[in-house]
Amino acid sequence: MHNVLWLRLRQPTPTVDLPLAPGTLPDRFRGLPMLAPDRCPDGCRACVDCCPTGAITAPPLSLDLGRCVFCMECVRACPAEAIRFTGDHRMATRTRDDLVRGGGGIALAGALDGRMRRLFGRSLRLRAVCAGSCNGCDAELSALGNVVFDLGRFGIQFVASPRHADGIVVTGPVTRNMEAALLATYEAVPAPKIVVAVGACALSGGPFRESEEQRGGAAAALPVDLFVPGCPPHPLTILDGLLRLLGRIEDGSRPPAAGG
Amino acid sequence: MDAGAPLEFLNGQSVGEDAIPLLPRQRFHDAVLRECGAESRLAALVARPLRSGALRVHALLARDLPGLLAILAMDLPPGDRSYPALTPELPEAQGFERELAEQHGVDPVGHPWLKPVRAFQDHHGASAYPFFEVGGSGIHEVAVGPVHAGVIEPGHFRFQCDGERVLHLEIQLGYQHRGAEALLVRGDRLQRVVTAESIAGDSVVAHALAHCETVEALAGVEVPLRGQALRALALELERVANHLGDLGALAGDIGYLAGAAWFGRLRGDALGMSLDLTGSRYGRGFCRPGGVTLDLDAERARGLADRVARLVRELREVSDLFFGSNPVLARLEGAGTLTFEAAAGLGLVGPAARASGCDRDARRDHPAGYYRFALIPTVRLDSGDVYARAMVRRLEAQRSLAFLAETLTHLPPGELRAPVPALAPGALAVALVEGWRGETLHLLATGPAGEVALGKVVDPSFHDWPGLAMAMRGEEISNFPLCNKSFNLSYAGHDL
Repeated sequence: MHNVLWLRLRQPTPTVDLPLAPGTLPDRFRGLPMLAPDRCPDGCRACVDCCPTGAITAPPLSLDLGRCVFCMECVRACPAEAIRFTGDHRMATRTRDDLVRGGGGIALAGALDGRMRRLFGRSLRLRAVCAGSCNGCDAELSALGNVVFDLGRFGIQFVASPRHADGIVVTGPVTRNMEAALLATYEAVPAPKIVVAVGACALSGGPFRESEEQRGGAAAALPVDLFVPGCPPHPLTILDGLLRLLGRIEDGSRPPAAGG
Repeated sequence: MDAGAPLEFLNGQSVGEDAIPLLPRQRFHDAVLRECGAESRLAALVARPLRSGALRVHALLARDLPGLLAILAMDLPPGDRSYPALTPELPEAQGFERELAEQHGVDPVGHPWLKPVRAFQDHHGASAYPFFEVGGSGIHEVAVGPVHAGVIEPGHFRFQCDGERVLHLEIQLGYQHRGAEALLVRGDRLQRVVTAESIAGDSVVAHALAHCETVEALAGVEVPLRGQALRALALELERVANHLGDLGALAGDIGYLAGAAWFGRLRGDALGMSLDLTGSRYGRGFCRPGGVTLDLDAERARGLADRVARLVRELREVSDLFFGSNPVLARLEGAGTLTFEAAAGLGLVGPAARASGCDRDARRDHPAGYYRFALIPTVRLDSGDVYARAMVRRLEAQRSLAFLAETLTHLPPGELRAPVPALAPGALAVALVEGWRGETLHLLATGPAGEVALGKVVDPSFHDWPGLAMAMRGEEISNFPLCNKSFNLSYAGHDL
């Protein structure tokens, strides 16, 4: 008993403050990529040719965050520093198209409409469905519940039954073998309900997008309300997306790339 | 040595396909059984269709004591893909032979039950799957999954129970099947390693490293020593993070919430260190054929060494509390016992095997890369229960941290990465990497032009899932979550 108390007193207060204090994420963290298409040398396709998930097209230079696995090969291949990954963890959007980036800023996720926001804004129950993910995104969803990220303090909680949920979180490319179970789980959630797609696989099929065993992401099967890119997304990226969806963060989209 | 003796080679080496002894079916069967009756175990059965229409089946054997791999093959002609099954005498072959039947229409004659491994005929799951049923009055069935309570991968568990007691548990997997092995053949060099990183998201480094070692063996590349050391750091950090996460999950499952919170935080610290080393909490984008992508300068290494030292101390404090608590021990001891005979017979690997007295660890038995120069003591316990699987994790994490502390202060100088030329044609390479979950096997074979013709992956979970089913026999059904966490096997790694 004494040992527990002694150790309890020695524990730090680990819960992360929001908004995030500068320097919380280490320098090697790979956040939102920024593009400078005007730097591309004529006819250069170095990044396009090396990208393992076909996320990059050029010209004009464009990067699909929904496919990106943040492997940095494009940065290493680029002769002109036209692509760099910033330390900004905020990347979630409301539409798939908003993830396709050119040289400008990103339209970060806006809030649900008034009625949905009133219903879910201060209490959101989610059922997680892994539909063929490698368990990386699921590990980060689980991490949201730990003492550092502490999802519960925002009134958001993962629940066991879809009947108790306000929506589902989908990870994985939606394998053929999981499609029926995914749809059944979605059907079991009472309306109104939301769908959150987390990670490159759930957004586009990710590294598996050319396999016949999967559907190319959650949007092929369900109406997706929030797209969270990453491989896997950092827990703070997921948390930021959820809070924006609920209208709990409203500092708007990033301005165009200038210096960002 | 008779003409049918298997070809011996080392982990991380490649062999010419022509050098692999090709045996008639009956002699192949006899040779595999003879080898596995002596000092070998079956690491994989691998099949590849030949242009002639025949199917070539390789048996890959691991000889742990002399530290050798051995391989032999048979050809099955197009009209008659049958051969005498290994499973009746060699239970560890059961999954591999079901895989041969499912993927290539092979008929292992005498196999007790060729159930599906990953394929769903109608893609609607459990209905089409032939479960074993226990009859009799008072017997009832409990079906769970594929969607479980909690944030967890999908799988279906079917319990045959007498009251609260589990007579039999059957585990139906395949929901996560994404076609990873096919992509290992189809993609370009970078796509293949990204696919390997996505086989099991908590074993990114283990799978990426195993894949890279097969490529390097086929290309005849020696990775610079510094690159090898950095890979070993990433792999041991992966082990520490997952073992601590598992201890936290076990603590949570038995309601010891202080342990769950504190182990959970320490796991996060290990993931943060991985981010600092590799640029990713899970080690993604770090191991590439030829070496690694990021260096570790002296200042960063010192910073990591300080964090390792703190983690060593905190792990000791929290573990002493957890394993010193009588209520904790009362829940862990004697739960979900897996006997040595069952673990050895089913061919288990990793901490689950070592907790049941099977002393096997690829880092020591088949050292490759930096493990040729650094020995991390392995841990073996004998009780085979949840306690043993928890304690193995604690001790392994501790020893990996000691290795990290030592290596971070003595990093060899040199390059990170060597250029990788074209792959040798008509060759086959195997890499065994001891990931945190156990032996992670990748096999890559090339065709006549040096193109990748076959990619085979054996995640440790493929060996270990039947171990969980056996551990549940005679156990209270309410103990299933605890037993399941103590194994913590990968669904995605199994399903590929």
